[in-house]
Amino acid sequence: MTQLPQAMIETATSAADWVLVLPVVLALMGSAALLVVRRSNRLPLLGAVLVIVAIIACEISLLLRIVSEGPLSMTMGKWLPPFGISLTADLFGAGFALAAAVVTLVVVLYAEIDREGNDGKDGFHSMVLLLLAGVTGSFLTGDLFNLYVWFEVMLIASFGLIVSGSSPLQLDGAVKYGFLNFLATTLFLLALGLTYGLLGTLNMADIMLVAPDANRAAMTGIAALLLLAFGMKAAAFPVNAWLPASYHTPTPAVSALFAGLLTKVGAYALLRALVAVLPDSREMLEPVLAVLAVATLVIAPLGAIAETHLRRAVGFFVIGGIGAILAGLSLPDVIGIAGAGIYIFHAILAMTALYMVVGLIEVRTGASDTRQMGGLYAASAPLSILFFLLILAVAGVPPFLGFWPKLLLLEAGVADAELGWVGSALVVALVINAILTLIAGTRLWSHVFWRNGPEGQPASGEPMPLVAPTPRVRLAFGAVSALVLGVVLIGLWPNPLIEVGQRAAADIVDPGRYVEAVGLAEVEP
Amino acid sequence: MDYILAALVGVFVSLGIYLLLSRSVIRMLIGMTILGNGVNLLIFTAGRVTREVAPIVPGGLDVPAGPIANPLPQALILTAIVIGFSMFSFLLVLAFRAYKSLDADNTDTMRLAEPENAPQPPLSY
Repeated sequence: MTQLPQAMIETATSAADWVLVLPVVLALMGSAALLVVRRSNRLPLLGAVLVIVAIIACEISLLLRIVSEGPLSMTMGKWLPPFGISLTADLFGAGFALAAAVVTLVVVLYAEIDREGNDGKDGFHSMVLLLLAGVTGSFLTGDLFNLYVWFEVMLIASFGLIVSGSSPLQLDGAVKYGFLNFLATTLFLLALGLTYGLLGTLNMADIMLVAPDANRAAMTGIAALLLLAFGMKAAAFPVNAWLPASYHTPTPAVSALFAGLLTKVGAYALLRALVAVLPDSREMLEPVLAVLAVATLVIAPLGAIAETHLRRAVGFFVIGGIGAILAGLSLPDVIGIAGAGIYIFHAILAMTALYMVVGLIEVRTGASDTRQMGGLYAASAPLSILFFLLILAVAGVPPFLGFWPKLLLLEAGVADAELGWVGSALVVALVINAILTLIAGTRLWSHVFWRNGPEGQPASGEPMPLVAPTPRVRLAFGAVSALVLGVVLIGLWPNPLIEVGQRAAADIVDPGRYVEAVGLAEVEP
Repeated sequence: MDYILAALVGVFVSLGIYLLLSRSVIRMLIGMTILGNGVNLLIFTAGRVTREVAPIVPGGLDVPAGPIANPLPQALILTAIVIGFSMFSFLLVLAFRAYKSLDADNTDTMRLAEPENAPQPPLSY
């Protein structure tokens, strides 16, 4: 009789640990339930709001627990890790999941703006919850194959949302979005197969332990493949072409949800896979990462300057933000990673709000091209203030939220500049990005709000006629204002966020506590 | 055997990528399927191809009697096949709808979202 090693969990999971899996479970079950009642008049909206509020409550308690006790892990199916699939949350994962749920709540309220007379056949609320399940699962998982599955959940929900309405414009955008994102997840699966063949495990904590002993060249090849796959999802240069081709085609609410969540999940996966799981390979890829970061930072706002379509121009801001996150990944000390993480948090909130404000402008003017807009300032001052605040936040002007992560990135870049060209190149690129984004954003603002009237028309001195706000538009405006207020307030009191971000970054840079939480630390001889 | 399968994976992936570079949507779809099958075969090969028996533990024992085949890659592939198939069917329907309403199965003529005669950048301010 051989002595068997412990492979099964004998005791039941304590009820308190369920906060880790509940957000995903609630979102999936809520999505299924709302599909059943989708034809009802008020139930879908009411149900979606209740489910998301419950998810937010779970995630707040999860975050508080992680702040006091460190990373939390829960393994499925009674198999001990690395055999069972682990959900593992650290501060970054739980924090982003919370931001994603808050943003989804705002978007669900905002979406009422274009659901007048909708019979609910499209199952919008059901798909939003499915998308949230995929996003939350990606943020909370501790297993690479599980991450792939959540990516696909997210992808199929986003397919449904982007074609919902089936206008020719949407079909065109969806073909490009669909092919390139499916290709990205297939490349991710390719990298997974190679990882499994090389290491025999896909549990992130386990990979952290065994990867240093593996063939370094092969591991770097896998990391490069992961960089391509996640870079494609995150819309980093040079694989960013699908984003400006598709993000302006669905309804503004769907655009806002995509801009806030999808590319950020790609960026988070890069952070997790390259910095935390494969740090040796990241070091070899550092010049590549730095070049990609500089190119993304500089090229994206140039695209925004050249664009006349309002939502397409804003899409380039989303890409520029990814450049800032890549810059953080090239500066792998605690300050740089904290900057990247806080930037992801900022981008989830600010990019969604920006798309929603742009959607309001489109609804009130009935146009989507800045050439047909002008003089909105006189017609709706609150809208112009919201847009301007968000432009400042995205460009990173103090004291708004976007400034603090960029400050951390600059600090890390200056510290790194003594070691080589990477730090100085990134510092220059970050500053150029801030200036170009500010130019692009203020030009958009001037064209839409400040000049006397649409292009080619003589200035009449009369404010541009706007569609009168319906109660639904007022509700949407209230939802966006609340989100923008949140962005401004966090920007004014950033200390807790920066402190939490630095503690989270410390766990990424030194994943000892993470591995311990999964329960693999004592396996090491 | 591993070498033959590895070479086959290489052929599948390069064929898939070649077809994906085409302008025709139908060719791209076929390329996607071939690429996906290449990846599935890669996971299968990565789990080591052996001639061992199926991983079933006989009654009365705690561990299998002898060496067994690795069951995990098959679970991974099964998941990947199901997901890949559903994505492929969605893209197939999407391509058909796009063909019907845009009258285009060539990505060069699908220019509704990004018009070919895009306006010049604004010059004011």
